[in-house]
Amino acid sequence: MTETRPRSRKSPYPLWFFIPAAIIYGVLFLVPTVSSLWFSLTRWDLSTAEFIGFENFQQFFSEPFLVKGLVNTLIYAVATSGLKTVCGLLLAVLLTGNIFARGFLRTLVFFPVLVSTIGIGITFTVMMHPTRGIINVTLEALGIPGPGWLTNPALALFSVALVDVWKGVGLATLIFIAGLAAISPDYYEAARIDGATRLQQFFRITLPLVRPATLVVVTLSLIGGLRSFDLIWAMTRGGPGFSSDVIASVIYKQYQAGFYGLSTAGNVILFALIAVIILPITLWFNRREVEE
Amino acid sequence: MTHRIKRILAGASTLLALVAAGPSQAETTLSFLIDNNPDTVAAAEALVAAYQTKAPDVTIEIEQRPGGGEGDNIIKTRLATGEMSDVFLYNSGSLLQALKPAQTLVDLTGLPSQAKVDKSFKAVVSADSKLYGVPFGTAMAGGILYNRKIYQDLGLSVPKTWADFMANNAKVKASGKVAVAQTYRDTWTSQLFVLADYYNLHAAVPNFAADYTANKAKYAETPAAMKGFERLKDVHDAGLMNEDFGAASYDDGLKMVATGEAAHYPMLSFAVGALKQNYPENLGDVGFFAQPSDDAATNGLTVWMPPGLYVPLTSQHAEEARKFVDFAGSVEGCKIMVDTNAVQGPSLVDGCDLPADVPPAIKDMLPYFEAEGKTTPALEFVSPVKGPALEQITVEVGSGIRQPAEAAKLYDEDVRKQAKQLGLPNW
Repeated sequence: MTETRPRSRKSPYPLWFFIPAAIIYGVLFLVPTVSSLWFSLTRWDLSTAEFIGFENFQQFFSEPFLVKGLVNTLIYAVATSGLKTVCGLLLAVLLTGNIFARGFLRTLVFFPVLVSTIGIGITFTVMMHPTRGIINVTLEALGIPGPGWLTNPALALFSVALVDVWKGVGLATLIFIAGLAAISPDYYEAARIDGATRLQQFFRITLPLVRPATLVVVTLSLIGGLRSFDLIWAMTRGGPGFSSDVIASVIYKQYQAGFYGLSTAGNVILFALIAVIILPITLWFNRREVEE
Repeated sequence: MTHRIKRILAGASTLLALVAAGPSQAETTLSFLIDNNPDTVAAAEALVAAYQTKAPDVTIEIEQRPGGGEGDNIIKTRLATGEMSDVFLYNSGSLLQALKPAQTLVDLTGLPSQAKVDKSFKAVVSADSKLYGVPFGTAMAGGILYNRKIYQDLGLSVPKTWADFMANNAKVKASGKVAVAQTYRDTWTSQLFVLADYYNLHAAVPNFAADYTANKAKYAETPAAMKGFERLKDVHDAGLMNEDFGAASYDDGLKMVATGEAAHYPMLSFAVGALKQNYPENLGDVGFFAQPSDDAATNGLTVWMPPGLYVPLTSQHAEEARKFVDFAGSVEGCKIMVDTNAVQGPSLVDGCDLPADVPPAIKDMLPYFEAEGKTTPALEFVSPVKGPALEQITVEVGSGIRQPAEAAKLYDEDVRKQAKQLGLPNW
């Protein structure tokens, strides 16, 4: 595919035109990236850095909870991304339909996106308290014993993921609404004349034509999920024990302990992980788009 | 128009400069960084107020930082970037060693106040036989806070052995109260059964600290060291804890033991300060005892040293800062702090006596200090090695997620990482 693309077209701008942008890019992006690669190979206490080769990476991978953190990160990213995509699309279909108080309902869905993540984390921590939280108090009133949402090691990660979906689904919905609006109503009209049911219209017209929006939502929410930290930290601090630790919280804990080189190595690993997961997905989505 | 504004501005700024420069020529402003614990703030403010009457040419500005790991980070970052305040408050012992005092702090060996400071404190603020800090506050101990009313009502006596303790717990549970308050929302509180067991460990294996630092002894291979983890599991398995132990906070724990909702709360005696502040009417109901051991003959306290005041090498006013720190470490300074706050244990400055009306929890501690060999400093004051993940591991054991033997092994791993990062020999 790449070969068919014209390799180097002559740029209409002279070279010096790029210099200001290149300086900004270099200072803000290249220097930190290269220096963090360097610091990940050192034992670093912020004032002195001693070169120790790949020892930090070795240590990071022998970290007993890295594997758990890695698995948790993937579960969290896939779960939040999947739910955001599915719920976002359904909500978008609902909110582009001809329903009562559409503008107000759209605002309502988008509202949680605007609220501070830490604020949401603290609020839900209080609401999910095993004995005094409003969720379990309500469940109890209905005669259902509520679980320890954040204190049960098997549940904690999923509870946080659900809150993350609730918080982030508004953005996905918004992107899908934009995608749906770009689909020409002619298709639906033609389909209706051909006698297609609502369900057929959704699967045969909406779903394929909303692919660019889906790509954006999946990529954004997957990246967000992979590097997710603030909500998890506000709600569980990776606990109970290590059961809701993700890579980002493992990295943060190394930083907190003063292991700066080690935590930088963790960041390099996270960077590589995101690249390895997102790149093929983007390529795959793009290729499908070209093929169709 | 613009010309006039310029002239007015120029005139005004000259005037301002004159006013500002006039009287303050000889004045020095010292910055003083403390944590945001209300007790600390009150003590620091009293100390500063007293010092400023003695040295009116010095202004001291107090800055606050958060506690816990976040605070550690601020200290380390500011020290490394040369942004540290002229005087700062920080832990003694292993956490101080992580700051590399010999390379970052001003030597305070020659301060006159050091003559009266207890040698046990000097040991935890020294490096390369130089002293880097003066004590801020009193010593404290790790053990178990208990509700004296519950003990009275149920006719219980202070346990000397773990078996007695568990028997008491069973009786408390039978009476419908919470036997042991646990508060894993604030994960650090989960470590007490392990950390406060160090007196018992030290009694059983006197060489443990040295061997552990030299990578010769391990938690997982020392049965006495594993006891702390086993005690956590005992309490969990017997179902003695508050139902919401996973979500309860430190303050919930204090409330439970102060108001008689729970009989025991394993804690450091510094909690007495918070108890005095938040539950003053219940302060008299809270007592304290050392963590029981397997044998009644072994019964002593694991002691925590107070934090210290330090002066960084980067300070522009090191001479004035030394004078202030000297004042804080003197008998007078110590008395100011003792009078401002609830006492947490015995004072470490000779001649700075405790007031007569200390709360019962503190009174309970004093006999241990008066007897010979009934106290030992906590492991983190005799060894630079302390793994950062201990609090998560103890939460796991205390919640029944992980078994003690496995937890000890995991903690050894965590410790190995820290020792390597500190660049200790033999690791």
